[in-house]
Amino acid sequence: MARELKLMKGNEAIARAMIASGADGYFGYPITPQSEVMETLMAEKPWETTGMVVLQAESEMASINMVYGGAATGKKVATSSSSPGISLMQEGLTYLAGAEIPCLVVNVMRGGPGLGTIQPSQSDYFQSVKGGGHGDYQLYTLAPASVQEMYDFVFDAWDIAFKYRNPVLILSDGAIGQCMEKLYTRDNVARWTEEERRANAPWATWGKPATRPHNIITSLELDSARQEVFNLKLQKKYAEMKEKEVRYEMLNCEDADYIIVAYGSSSRIAMKAMQMAREKGIKVGLFRLITLFPFPSKQLAEVAKRVKGILCVEMSAGQMIEDVKLATECGVKTEHFGRFGGIIPTPGEVLEALENKIIK
Amino acid sequence: MAFKGQIVIDTEHCKGCGVCVPVCPMKCIELSKEVNGKGYNFTHTVNDNCIGCASCAMVCPDGVISVYKKKI
Amino acid sequence: MANTDIEARKQELLNEGYEQVYTKTKVLTDTVMHYCPGCGHGTTHRLVAEVIDEMGIQDKTVGVSPVGCSVMAYNYFDVDFQEAAHGRAPALATAIKRLNPDTFVFTYQGDGDLAAIGTAETIHACNRGENITMIFVNNGIYGMTGGQMAPTTLVGMKSATTPYGRRVDLNGYPLRITELISTLPGTYYVTRQSVQTPAAVRKAKAAIRQAFENQKLKKGLSFVEILSNCNSGWKMTPVAANKWMEDNMMPNYPVGDIKVDGKLVDNVDVSRLALDHPLTVMQ
Repeated sequence: MARELKLMKGNEAIARAMIASGADGYFGYPITPQSEVMETLMAEKPWETTGMVVLQAESEMASINMVYGGAATGKKVATSSSSPGISLMQEGLTYLAGAEIPCLVVNVMRGGPGLGTIQPSQSDYFQSVKGGGHGDYQLYTLAPASVQEMYDFVFDAWDIAFKYRNPVLILSDGAIGQCMEKLYTRDNVARWTEEERRANAPWATWGKPATRPHNIITSLELDSARQEVFNLKLQKKYAEMKEKEVRYEMLNCEDADYIIVAYGSSSRIAMKAMQMAREKGIKVGLFRLITLFPFPSKQLAEVAKRVKGILCVEMSAGQMIEDVKLATECGVKTEHFGRFGGIIPTPGEVLEALENKIIK
Repeated sequence: MAFKGQIVIDTEHCKGCGVCVPVCPMKCIELSKEVNGKGYNFTHTVNDNCIGCASCAMVCPDGVISVYKKKI
Repeated sequence: MANTDIEARKQELLNEGYEQVYTKTKVLTDTVMHYCPGCGHGTTHRLVAEVIDEMGIQDKTVGVSPVGCSVMAYNYFDVDFQEAAHGRAPALATAIKRLNPDTFVFTYQGDGDLAAIGTAETIHACNRGENITMIFVNNGIYGMTGGQMAPTTLVGMKSATTPYGRRVDLNGYPLRITELISTLPGTYYVTRQSVQTPAAVRKAKAAIRQAFENQKLKKGLSFVEILSNCNSGWKMTPVAANKWMEDNMMPNYPVGDIKVDGKLVDNVDVSRLALDHPLTVMQ
């Protein structure tokens, strides 16, 4: 698909971007509100065009482990789900991180806890960036705020995943997944050739030629000394991501007296609230997080020095706010405003919260 | 046709499990009274009756037995 | 005998006109296996490695190891290997094979891994007819964690979590997963073998060879159960454990082909699922 202007759902954009970015495989399981990802893939039949494999698994546990098996052969493999399904995948995610397997996982969040609701939410922030599974690991986490970003971030995900040999999570929500917007598609990227696969993933398991020792994909190391060395290596990798791969966007922060910090759907509502505030003469800026891990701590701390207060807007009970407070070392008044359980806040509510909790 | 056999045992890697002993049709292997570096009573040959049938090697979990034979 | 002495002795025999009948395959590494003395895992590893060697597919094979005693199988096979989360090996193998259809993919799992925590992955990989080879080592116990009850533990059999013997009213029945999966249309070859005698080993190896040959011919899923002792878990000597296996495991888990070329073997039917062999009690 060459560069074209299209109208589509966020979930459809994810699927089309997977095909267009040269993904080798997708393994998934139906769950609302992300089922259109696999539905689109099955309708597109990429196995007849690019050769991409698409399979409906028997559970999210199976699909994440299919990602493990396929991605560990050095191929570009993805899955997607929504909150309860992502909970089931946590075992697989920690194994993927522990075995350093590059892959792409998309979470189109819905409200919880438990079976919760099928409406949009952002209450999986902790699960995503604080380690949803066991052990010290991180997922590189991208938070798209538009259908265009749903599409673009799939392309970006492969680069990061293979550069760092780390799983990448696209943390979206039901609003972005289900809403239809215009987007510009990109030129198709061909799937890797056999030579490219071997060059890009020399560590992978595709059958041992006589010229190299056998490759092993495992997260097991029973020798504590060696396991500590391995953990230090992981931490070094995460530190490098913090140094080089932070992404964020600042709007009207230069002259702002107050800023709103938000990501994904909430950042779009916050943008409108910011405009309404500016119309009333209140100088408000928006600091939009694009990567949730690595968190743009330094950049946010810099802005925080110049403002009188920060409002954190999330569709949760207040999760991201903890990282905001850590980044600014609680140096400025910081409050949370959120709706949860699938309720999307209105710009008016956000402005009201800003006035009542921060400005007053 | 008769065969004469010989077995070569990697005694240092033998774990002395003894599963080769009862399967030898010629009763020519037993566990040694001595132990190897790991403290196992390794398997060894006690006579020249070996016919090279490889029964011992077939059941050895650690693959420490190599078998040879020649016609006599 | 040091390694150099062994090699010298082998050369000496060849010089004396002996021919080599058997030696350990090069598809196994020199790493000493961590298995207990006399464990059937070692023998089963050897057979799988010998088949890979004889078929000349070392450079095309990817293995998947489970969680359990054989978790570190990757250290012993000189082929590319992935280590799966507990029970998930068939899911990994599904994707490896589908994304790399020219490779030979095998899983190697124990009874806890394959027939308890991984039941869903096992059944669905079998039912999809994935073109892979599954090796299932059944010793009726969780070995690695210290001898707890497995889905295949016999009624009356003692384990760390059934110290007075498995009771049907408390623990339910042993699971004959191999008979169960033989009823699925996706399975092409299903067999149960053992490795306690030279004759059994030869049959088991032929079965494993068949399972890999089927994969070469793209026939669908081949499933080889290997009955094994767990002498440490059963608290017996290796030789006594093999005897106990013959006396107790085999009546409950009868050895032989169950499904060949996609058809259930004539004298075998799924009534085995209904426990037509009386369950025995551990002595």
